[in-house]
Amino acid sequence: MEPLTRVEGVVAPLDRSNVDTDAIIPKQFLKSIHRTGFGPNLFDEWRYRDEGQPGQDCSDRPLNHDFVLNQPRYQDARILLTRTNFGCGSSREHAPWALADFGFRVLIAPSFADIFYNNCSKNGILPLTLPEETVQSLFEATWEQPGYTLTVDLPAQTVTTPDGTRYGFEIDPHRKHMLVEGLDEIGVTLEHADEIRAYEQRQRAVTPWLFSDVEAS
Amino acid sequence: MGGKTLYDKLWDAHVVRDNGDGTALLYVDRQLVHEVTSPQAFEGLRLADRPLWRVDANLAVVDHNVPTTGRANGIADPISALQVDTLSRNCREYGITQFGLMDRRQGIVHIIGPEQGATQPGMTVVCGDSHTSTHGALGALAFGIGTSEVEHALATQTVVQARSRRMLIRVDGQPGPGVTAKDIMLAIIGKIGTAGGTGYAVEYGGEAIRSLPMSGRMTICNMSIEAGARCGMVAVDDTTIEYVRGRPYAPSDAMWDQAEAYWRTLVSDEDAEFDRVVTLDAAEIKPQVSWGTSPEMVVSVDGVVPDPADEPDETRRAGMQRALEYMGLTPGTPMRDIRPEKIFIGSCTNARIEDLRAAARILRGKRLARGIREAMVVPGSGLVKWQAEQEGLDQVFKEAGFEWRDAGCSMCLGMNPDRLSPGERCASTSNRNFEGRQGGGGRTHLVSPEMAAAVAVAGHFVDVRELEQ
Ligand code: SF4
Repeated sequence: MEPLTRVEGVVAPLDRSNVDTDAIIPKQFLKSIHRTGFGPNLFDEWRYRDEGQPGQDCSDRPLNHDFVLNQPRYQDARILLTRTNFGCGSSREHAPWALADFGFRVLIAPSFADIFYNNCSKNGILPLTLPEETVQSLFEATWEQPGYTLTVDLPAQTVTTPDGTRYGFEIDPHRKHMLVEGLDEIGVTLEHADEIRAYEQRQRAVTPWLFSDVEAS
Repeated sequence: MGGKTLYDKLWDAHVVRDNGDGTALLYVDRQLVHEVTSPQAFEGLRLADRPLWRVDANLAVVDHNVPTTGRANGIADPISALQVDTLSRNCREYGITQFGLMDRRQGIVHIIGPEQGATQPGMTVVCGDSHTSTHGALGALAFGIGTSEVEHALATQTVVQARSRRMLIRVDGQPGPGVTAKDIMLAIIGKIGTAGGTGYAVEYGGEAIRSLPMSGRMTICNMSIEAGARCGMVAVDDTTIEYVRGRPYAPSDAMWDQAEAYWRTLVSDEDAEFDRVVTLDAAEIKPQVSWGTSPEMVVSVDGVVPDPADEPDETRRAGMQRALEYMGLTPGTPMRDIRPEKIFIGSCTNARIEDLRAAARILRGKRLARGIREAMVVPGSGLVKWQAEQEGLDQVFKEAGFEWRDAGCSMCLGMNPDRLSPGERCASTSNRNFEGRQGGGGRTHLVSPEMAAAVAVAGHFVDVRELEQ
């Protein structure tokens, strides 16, 4: 995974709360057995005026020009600004895959749904929470100033606006470490293989029925 | 320090190591695997040349993508077929037991786990699916995970987790006639909102929950995620124990006695403290119908479509406005005047045998109302289907005008050919009414199986209690 430390980028404002993962990437694209290529279908039902099919070339599909990501000023956005409970619903990791594939590295909202939040950080995306008032002021700035950018510094845990205003944000140390170092979590866990085996050894005595190789006594 | 909650007990029993950074490595007793969220996980294992940590802890089934008719002919959609075949190939390669398309035990992953006794009290259960919370009804710690975590669990038998806060949702008293577990849960979501449970592990308690059979408890725990909570659970009692006894994967003989003794300890201590307690009075809950595009947008069947003008919060008001437009509804319309054209009885929320019996009881000797264009029953598993046929329920449904299908997720999410067309309105026993969930442009109203059957007969939403008189 690519390490994530500092992201400076254009902000795209998605002014909706409770955006669910069905909206982020509709079900028909979940039939793919790959991890990549979901970017053109990010927010498919909002982005296009026809119904998308997996494997289809999206370049000549009719666009919904009202949808924010279709506006030229947000084409190179790397930061998505949105509202509460973003990513609710299905646990599909295709949602962060699609966001990453589109080019987003940072999501800013007052809150995220739990599973989605976890899935993001395992794919090099930083989901970052700021208070509602701050998010509101960022929305206003983004609407008013074309090309509005923010600078996110993960090691320092700050978001800086073009005029130098700086907001701090919270993130748990584990997630921060994994993202900053771009670590493979499985590799890290397997460094503790002995402890997993020791746990199993203890549990074989306590809950033997959970281990099919333990004979009934 | 006070006593422990059920969640604390389950958590503590599964900590392999404290990572010292707010997270712990939690042991996984059972991983359920399905075709949609697993291919990339197996691919990851293969690329890194990693074996499975413990093959026998995994059980796989195809459900999301499978057709519910004409199975003997295979899967028409080549992309779906490839995904289903990929799971079979992965299971063969890694030695995982799989219930394939033609296996009688095949069905929705959250129905077959408990049905087989493959998910049990005291277990940690994970699956790449948010409705894994269902298994918490057994007194298990069960939660949905993403594909990276599926791979992590396959390779290490653990997941990295931060401890959740604890919430108790207590439903006191007894619900009135015609009020089901689904209505209780929709009322809970209406009360705390779709983010109300975010960051919490929820335990459901109180007289109304204790009196529910396992099927109803599963309906409740299933929709924990619609309240924002990754896991929901119910303490172990006689109902739980009797449910598990004798199931194919359940322990037997001396091992059973040892297991039962342990399972009986899986209740919150009297003096356990919760971070948040929410209470509801079951007697005040009426049959519920969702009107919008989020599960918190629900009203009682005798209510009306709400008016965004009454909502003070601007973002919420905009959300309501958009939902009304999408749903094609006008504020103030009585729910009774809304006429669905399709009926879907199925999904991991409401496709157990008890759900089918309840719907059939309303439908017996009746016919679909004129405006209903299509109605289908999709049993939760091949075994549920078989049981229903033994009881003659299939006949009741067919005589009423319903289609009697094979088991799978079906129109709950419309990954297979079962889906709504744009603008079509459906009374559905599933769990999500998001835009496009059951098909692009489709309009979903979430209800209980009894209510879905009542709509089928009346042609509009109606209090099921009127029909039964
Ligand atoms: S029935 Fe619906 S909610 Fe349940 S697992 Fe299948 S798609 Fe998901």
